[in-house]
Amino acid sequence: MDYVLEGLRDALKMIISLDREMLAIVLVSLKVCALSLAAATLLGVPVGFWVGLRDFPGKRAVVAILHTLLALPTVVIGLLLYCFLSRRSLLGPLGLLYTPWAMVIGQTILAFPIVAAFSLSATQAVDKRVKKTALTLGASNWQTALLIFSEGRFAILSAIIAAFGRVFGEVGVSMMVGGNIKGSTRNITTAIAKEAGEGNFTLGLALGIILLAVALGVNVLFHHFQGKRT
Amino acid sequence: MKAERSLIFVLTLLTSLALQACSPREGEKLRLATTTSTESSGLLAVLLPPFEEKRNVKVEVIAVGTGKALKLGENGDVDILLVHARKAEDAFVEKGFGVNRKEVMYNDFVIIGPRADPAGIRGGNAPGALKIIAGKKRYFISRGDESGTHHKEKELWAAAKIEPQGKWYLETGQGMGATLQIADEKQGYCLVDRGTYLAYKGKVELAILCENDRRLFNPYGIIAVNPGKHPHVNYVAAKALIDWVTSRAGQRIIGEFKKDGEVLFHPSTRR
Repeated sequence: MDYVLEGLRDALKMIISLDREMLAIVLVSLKVCALSLAAATLLGVPVGFWVGLRDFPGKRAVVAILHTLLALPTVVIGLLLYCFLSRRSLLGPLGLLYTPWAMVIGQTILAFPIVAAFSLSATQAVDKRVKKTALTLGASNWQTALLIFSEGRFAILSAIIAAFGRVFGEVGVSMMVGGNIKGSTRNITTAIAKEAGEGNFTLGLALGIILLAVALGVNVLFHHFQGKRT
Repeated sequence: MKAERSLIFVLTLLTSLALQACSPREGEKLRLATTTSTESSGLLAVLLPPFEEKRNVKVEVIAVGTGKALKLGENGDVDILLVHARKAEDAFVEKGFGVNRKEVMYNDFVIIGPRADPAGIRGGNAPGALKIIAGKKRYFISRGDESGTHHKEKELWAAAKIEPQGKWYLETGQGMGATLQIADEKQGYCLVDRGTYLAYKGKVELAILCENDRRLFNPYGIIAVNPGKHPHVNYVAAKALIDWVTSRAGQRIIGEFKKDGEVLFHPSTRR
């Protein structure tokens, strides 16, 4: 219990003093997270919509696979990505391993299924009559999709919020392909893993509290964008 | 209207983040793979900065288990290694993955356990202690992760002519810190390098029960990844780092690095 109270105290100290190391790792977390969420959204929303709005043989299988990807352990994604990014492998010469970009790629892979699955649900959730009404009024497929997108934007933002949660707090990918390098790929979660592994529980908890505070801030921002419909 | 403004804001934010991530870093980089125990001892934080300043090189430290460090070297994912597993290091160099191996520093391992020493190993030699622990089936917590410490542990079991197995033999598969914490909780016996033990002195309730056996000697080696096998590695900086840690100034920093008044690593040149 002491650890938690001390952790809270240390967290406040770090925030008030704008501790340089703490700011650096928070920035890494936010940077990587933002870029991967953007990529995952750009890829996931269209895919989710496409699968949701169309009927094709094997659709159920595709949906099942998409949902299964939600359970991918982060350390497995990290390991697979290491195999592709390592010098002696296919993408090795790109020199992406142990850079923030590798973390972005990994977290995009992590977030993509969430965004896609939620977007897919959004298409189902939107009142079926919307689609039929639009078609009877002469809308093209593209216009119908845009309309459903507009109706489902609340659900899509929920997708991004959920993906943010998964990606901001993950450590498996970041550790594996980022390497926890001080100053470049050390983010909040890998820093916590390091401190906890060294027995610095108070510091670990303090960083955890800071992570939650930042996550809270980001979510407040998201909800602001979501508007009054809650 | 509101949606448009938000969109512009988000796009601007993302573009600036992406640009910032893309901008080339000033100065050269050198990737060093080392063991978690070396990193957490805090030695590198005093040993590397003078080198980084003088040569204007940023040393990126990746702390993993010895097994993984050697693998990273094999794959060319790092430029240089600082590890402590002599036999594995020799194999690494022999297979042509590493060049220019030099001894940097040494310390020793100790066998620790509950202060009361229920198994009664105090004062004995290392393989003898392990034999007693196995015989009495007291908890022994192993790294179980192909680390330098794990390699040494396996050598000692071999010297005792025992294959450790059973409910009393716990393999954590994790770093020294985590393993120590588990040993502490279980109040079991454990093999640990003296440096890490000293770093944890206040945090665990375990005492040194077996030490100063010649078999517990723990030398650290620094090896550059072979540029012949991996032309992209920063060999020049790696060689410079090897020269730095084995130089008089570097060795002095190592010898003067203390925790709680005790030296954690002995410089090799003083032997």
